[in-house]
Amino acid sequence: MTGTVLTAGGAGLVACETCALLSRPVEVAEPGYCRRCGGKLEWRRRHSVQYTWALVVAAAICYIPANVLPVLDTTTLGSTDSDTIMGGVVLLYTTGSWPLALIVLIASVMVPLGKLIALSYLLTSVQRGSIQSNRERTRLYRLVEIIGRWSMLDVFVDTFTVALIQLQPLMSVTPGPGVLFFAAVVVLTMVAAKSFDPRLIWDSGMRRSFDG
Amino acid sequence: MTDPGEIVACPECDLLQHLPELEAGTKARCPRCGNTLASQASEPIDVPLALALAAAVVFIIANTTPLIGLSAVGRHASTTIPGGALEMWRQGEVITAMIVAFCAIIAPGSYILFLVTTLLAVKRPPAPHWVGELLRWADSMQPWSMNEVMIIGILVALIKIAELATVAPGIGMYAVGGLVVLFTAIMITFDPREVWKRIEWTGGVAETVR
Repeated sequence: MTGTVLTAGGAGLVACETCALLSRPVEVAEPGYCRRCGGKLEWRRRHSVQYTWALVVAAAICYIPANVLPVLDTTTLGSTDSDTIMGGVVLLYTTGSWPLALIVLIASVMVPLGKLIALSYLLTSVQRGSIQSNRERTRLYRLVEIIGRWSMLDVFVDTFTVALIQLQPLMSVTPGPGVLFFAAVVVLTMVAAKSFDPRLIWDSGMRRSFDG
Repeated sequence: MTDPGEIVACPECDLLQHLPELEAGTKARCPRCGNTLASQASEPIDVPLALALAAAVVFIIANTTPLIGLSAVGRHASTTIPGGALEMWRQGEVITAMIVAFCAIIAPGSYILFLVTTLLAVKRPPAPHWVGELLRWADSMQPWSMNEVMIIGILVALIKIAELATVAPGIGMYAVGGLVVLFTAIMITFDPREVWKRIEWTGGVAETVR
């Protein structure tokens, strides 16, 4: 199937990532610049697989302290309570707002983990040269790109909670070290999704390889 | 108007295909991977421009008025978006504060600014090629602009704090809600292809395919 369709790469053409204009590159090794918008032309996003792997691994490392370390420290009349991400979800659940608990659980725990698993799967399938379920894998990539931003939810919740509850000496809330790692996971996975080139999914089965 | 014979490559699977001339309100999808290749709005410049100008006004309100007001044991407190980022900074979370400021203020603000300038500049084509650069910047700001995530974040914070004190939503919160609606409307009505058609080419070396 894949051998019979004509892609831009297969026809020796490059589509500009910025303005989508198709160009015939000056040289195969150095495709040059887009004539319309001046953007740098590339067959595929540069070192897509390596960069994406590096970012996924970095995000996976940050994911552990993000979940283990407290994100909020609440001080009430001298005694301090620490809350992790999961602790925040449980707190929301026990205070009766289970729909919110579910939203935070999905956005803060399941989405980041799901993104790491999905990107790892996409990367290994591309590296193995898989030619199966390309359409589903592209759809998975699109999903990762769309929902990725939602994990920032907890960072916003923590920020506004900290900003509001500064009623010293009665009660005050300060950010814990987990927030930074958590924000890092979100940013790293978002950049990872951006550096992955979905066209690589479809390149397997083509005669030429574009990854480099 | 679209050239009848416009050839495009799908940005997600690289399939070469003829893009048919689209009627207003219709979309073209890639037959291989299902990606939306193009959508034709009836007023691709004026409508997003009006929406972006409205978003600029609402953005200023959202950033200057309180999001949530709190009162407990005779004390009152409130916070704005910049106030939230500033408090994180004061508490020593400098990097987190910068990420929050970027996603909540800088990215949406500069997206609106770049988009308004781009759309004003292409009203009388051909627009100079630096307009394309602005559109590129707007495009790179868009994924980091997180109004819709922020509004849910504010609501969750509001409900959490309601357990401890009396809280009330402020004007800023409604303004963020307004931004969510306006940004979504801009996404639907704005067509970057239409802008690129009105921008002067930079020249360069690659040969164009007809």
